[in-house]
Amino acid sequence: MSALEIAAAVRSGERSALDVVEEHLTLIEARDPGLNAYNLVTAEGARAQAAAIDAAVSAGEPVGRFAGVPLATKDNMCTRGIPTTCSSRILEGWRPPYDATVVTRLREAGAVSVGKTNLDEFAMGSSTEHSAFGPTRNPHDPSRVPGGSSGGTAASVAAGFTPLGIGSDTGGSIRQPAAFCGVVGMKPTYGVVSRYGLVALASSLDQVGPFAANVADAAALFDVIAGHDPLDSTSIRDFEPTAQAVLEAGVDGLRVGVVKELAGGSGGVPGLAADVLARTAEAVEALAAAGAVVDEVSVPSSTLGLSAYYLVMPAEASSNLARYDGIRYGLRVDGATTAEMTTATRTAGFGTEVKRRIMLGTYALSAGYCDAFYGKALKVRTMMLEDFARVYERFDVLVTPTTPTTAFELGARTQDPLTMYVNDVCTIPSNLTGHPAISVPFGVGDDGMPVGVQVLAPASHDAQTFRVAAVLEAAA
Amino acid sequence: MSGLVPCATADTPVEPALPPGWELVVGLEVHVELDTATKLFCGCANQFGAQPNTNVCPTCLGLPGSLPVMNERAVELAMILGRALGCDVNRSVMARKNYFYPDMPKDFQTTQYDQPTNTDGRLELADGFVVGIERAHIEEDTGKSVHVGGGGRINEAVYSLVDYNRAGVPLIEIVSRPDIRTIEHARNYVEELRAIVAATEVSDARMEEGSIRVDANVSVRPHGSSELRTRCEIKNINSLRSLGRAIEHEALRHVDLWTTGSGPQQQTRHWDEAAGRTTPGRSKEDAEDYRYFQEPDLVPLEPTPAVIAAIDEALPTLPAARRAALREATGADADAARLLVERGQDSLAMAAAASGADAAKVVTRLVNDLAVDDWSAVDTESFAALIKMESNGELSASQAKVVLGDLVEQGGDPADHAARRGFEAMDSTELESLLDELIVVNPAEWSRLRGGDEVDRKKMQGFFTGQIMKATRGQADGRAVAQLLAQKSV
Ligand SMILES: [Zn+2]
Repeated sequence: MSALEIAAAVRSGERSALDVVEEHLTLIEARDPGLNAYNLVTAEGARAQAAAIDAAVSAGEPVGRFAGVPLATKDNMCTRGIPTTCSSRILEGWRPPYDATVVTRLREAGAVSVGKTNLDEFAMGSSTEHSAFGPTRNPHDPSRVPGGSSGGTAASVAAGFTPLGIGSDTGGSIRQPAAFCGVVGMKPTYGVVSRYGLVALASSLDQVGPFAANVADAAALFDVIAGHDPLDSTSIRDFEPTAQAVLEAGVDGLRVGVVKELAGGSGGVPGLAADVLARTAEAVEALAAAGAVVDEVSVPSSTLGLSAYYLVMPAEASSNLARYDGIRYGLRVDGATTAEMTTATRTAGFGTEVKRRIMLGTYALSAGYCDAFYGKALKVRTMMLEDFARVYERFDVLVTPTTPTTAFELGARTQDPLTMYVNDVCTIPSNLTGHPAISVPFGVGDDGMPVGVQVLAPASHDAQTFRVAAVLEAAA
Repeated sequence: MSGLVPCATADTPVEPALPPGWELVVGLEVHVELDTATKLFCGCANQFGAQPNTNVCPTCLGLPGSLPVMNERAVELAMILGRALGCDVNRSVMARKNYFYPDMPKDFQTTQYDQPTNTDGRLELADGFVVGIERAHIEEDTGKSVHVGGGGRINEAVYSLVDYNRAGVPLIEIVSRPDIRTIEHARNYVEELRAIVAATEVSDARMEEGSIRVDANVSVRPHGSSELRTRCEIKNINSLRSLGRAIEHEALRHVDLWTTGSGPQQQTRHWDEAAGRTTPGRSKEDAEDYRYFQEPDLVPLEPTPAVIAAIDEALPTLPAARRAALREATGADADAARLLVERGQDSLAMAAAASGADAAKVVTRLVNDLAVDDWSAVDTESFAALIKMESNGELSASQAKVVLGDLVEQGGDPADHAARRGFEAMDSTELESLLDELIVVNPAEWSRLRGGDEVDRKKMQGFFTGQIMKATRGQADGRAVAQLLAQKSV
């Protein structure tokens, strides 16, 4: 049953929310020990909320759009009174005194969060192997990674633990695991979904977004979480989410660009696997068959995205993660002085990848290096914005693979950070430009693992990505 | 006690005893807490003296996931002060200044760096000297640590307590150019800035509560040179008196180091009030690299020309202009003008003078006899009437002073107070007949006054004046008595 079907059944009284939640909790209990999608299952809270929804339904009171629909919440979204770990030792024992705006909105819509899902520590990674609580496994093949950093949420939706999931995407952390796990994942335009209560990785890149097993559920979830929030200064005013409304619109006459640099040709980004490229080409053909006007287009700066990203992201992260100093909350390892205590705490509390990025970012911002590194990365960002603006004069949407390959084996890339970073090459441009992008499953690779195709659109044209994704979903 | 009392008292030397040939070069960084209802980035109360950690929330505690929202009133106050200092108000952005400190919840301070709100202003001191303002930028305050045990020093303390009530309180930091050459001007600069801050109601400007904090950048150079030599930044200056002492001590230290060696090291130093000296803090070599970058959680501040025009329109008349107007209207000297504007008595003085009261008497009476906190009961009309009574001899100077005291306490009509106290005008014939009686009773004293030497004469003048005052219960006008004695004794 889809999320929307469940909600309709609960609203009509045909199904009890408590039964729905119980059924999903049972599944989690049975299968999650093998997948490790969840850092914490909040069964009691979920049951209580479901019972309240059932009571409201019998009393004839209004219940939300997602009444009784189980939801997976990435463990970097603050939940009042419920541990929020970011899969890091350093947040050990911390319970936020407040809810993220997205968490509040979803509860008000009747969605029932069943737990907090695993991620790469502080969302730094592309495989959910960099978690203090062990890796999450891919439900399609437990020897493989689910992608990351929102690997727990992606696995939860792919395993049928929850019809809906919430993730965050800084360089591809929603779309890449969605592609690896064969589900729909979408990164909204920067500022469309509130970041209030999302534990920051890189503030100018982070964006919260929906996961679902199908495009219609993802669109409905997007419509619920999108919209202005006065608590987030970068939130766009007057944004009207209309994803659900355009799902049936089709692509007749829509101008679709195929990004040359991400299509495997010479001069483009190397390392894109043949099977992934083949599925992407088939997806483009499907759009053409549905009436889209397809052409190839060059976005030269897209090849620079990876290097710019790996300066901007760690720079902002190094500052955002400074507050984990052992003084106010979370882990504290004592030392003779405040500085020694903070050093000992951070040494014990952060994992290797987090330390690596803090050091990279600190270096990139240092006096004497800032212009050469961080400053240059900002220039690339500007250049990319100009490049894409030019391209969007001629195209409504762009199509690329979501990932260079299908899901890889656990441990295959943990020894070499650079091979891990390359995973994000197709997804990073949308974070640097702040544009919306969606990953939708389109067939499988030679290994039988899911392949995701990515649809990109200009800023605030989020609905457009769902519109195209709906056509691809139907053709897949 | 506020350090912001008029300076130049006996224990605060006006000028450092810099050896001949050396010149003092000072720039000041003044932090002013903005008088907003709430903090800079959250809805917590901006309030001094509350129970520790009661005015806090996820944002000002820097909890994971929290985000700042700019307090628009703080930005407005910053722009008001900027315009009052003659600054350009620019499109500005917030930046992060990254360093670890226990009382800074995010371990970075949100401030402004390369694009501050206000740049290129000027501040004119009471004596007309002009100090350039480099910038006046918005930033957040930190919390406060209390180190328990180990003499209160952070590294020897047994434990430390942090109060985050002050964390996130809005500040404006006003950075002067290194234009100041004397200690007196350094103090005057802070006084003048405080007066502007008070006039614009940007802050309550209380130094003792830390709502104004001053750091001094001090260097010296040979007289006549235009170079800027190595400077030291002196922190922990808590009063105007400390400011003068700290600058003097530091300047002498620099002269000594230049004379005996290759000069001071660039460093931050702390003023030790008890010891009367500065002690070294961080030096340039181990200075923090703050890794400034634009705050991604906030959007640029882009005031429209209309907003700036509205601020200009609403600016009150500033102290410098008020002093000029007062001097123009009353002929008050520079000190009197400074004092009356500081007390906010300039409009009373000008109104009284405009209504025909003697301007010089108005100024004298206010300067000498209205040094009180609350003079709200004194209205222009009755004050002007009082001065007129003094001018036309209805009241002596000392009687006028007494009646002014009555006005402060009770308000009302000066003539009623004078009548109640039995202060009646005493014309010269009455005085003369009184003197004649005294001469009859004290013939020996009178002849000593007329024929004695200088000392004798002075003494006997005093005797007769005293007798007259006694007989009139102090109501006689001292000058009239002196005049009468002089006439009679010829
Ligand atoms: Zn607060």
